[in-house]
Amino acid sequence: MALTRQALSLGMIVTSALMIWKALMCITGCESPVVVVLTGSMEPGFKRGDILFLHTSKDPIRTGEIVVFNVEGRDIPIVHRVIEVHERQDTRDVDILTKGDSNDQDDRFLYTYGQHWLSPQHIMGRAIGFLPYVGWVTIIMTEKPLIKYILLSALGLLVITSKD
Amino acid sequence: MASLSDNFNSPSPSSQIQILNINWFQKQPHGNDEVSLTMNITADLQSLFTWNTKQVFVFLAAEYETLKNSLNQVSLWDAIIPTKEHAKFWVQTANKYRFVDQGSNLRGKEFNLTLHWHVMPKTGKMFVDKLVMSGFRLPEEYR
Repeated sequence: MALTRQALSLGMIVTSALMIWKALMCITGCESPVVVVLTGSMEPGFKRGDILFLHTSKDPIRTGEIVVFNVEGRDIPIVHRVIEVHERQDTRDVDILTKGDSNDQDDRFLYTYGQHWLSPQHIMGRAIGFLPYVGWVTIIMTEKPLIKYILLSALGLLVITSKD
Repeated sequence: MASLSDNFNSPSPSSQIQILNINWFQKQPHGNDEVSLTMNITADLQSLFTWNTKQVFVFLAAEYETLKNSLNQVSLWDAIIPTKEHAKFWVQTANKYRFVDQGSNLRGKEFNLTLHWHVMPKTGKMFVDKLVMSGFRLPEEYR
């Protein structure tokens, strides 16, 4: 059936995408080369559903860079801009402060209690480019897992029942 | 891709900053120096815009060195420029974000004011650059 072939092609495309993803992981050198923007705090530059391409490098963090960081106790990484940097003379320790472009307040209230600054180790990567809208697939899959299960089941069923 | 054509754009942005007034300059109860200043910011960033430009994020940072820190960068003001028409501007403003030192090192401190811009594309790679303006100096005494 033509529909089966189309479904299988879809499966192939998904598998290829996963392979490209794995390759990207090796090339850009970080765990998660791509991140989906989940909140509106960087609007209008980045909107919910946009995808950001990340790069990790040993270059020092400087103001203006858009960084992705994790706060202890929170699942989702945050994508905001660096607005302050204080780098020590001897140790190369750096204190970093971030803020979402469309937030009035800086991110101190997001950091762990008692923590006034981020350090380079909190930062997963820097955003260097982006694609709009493409991340909505991930958001829908995460926020409405039922849809993910339905899609995966349908794909599985089609594979099993295909006449080849 | 869209960004390829962006690479052929040779922008020629320009800017001037004047510090009009030091509004106040104090050592806060937590022991850190803080200063409030009013500035004139003039810039022409029109040449940064291409067909693939969604917006330009521009910000002004004070940069200086202290005995403790080899580099301090403090963002004082920022703006989002949505179109080329908005990219030639003159703004008179106090610092939008607090200019607070890590310590009490600001008296008589020489600093640079650097205008940074991030060109955010409709799709693809972001372009970043800056213009450093040096020769600024804070007062010797609190006021």
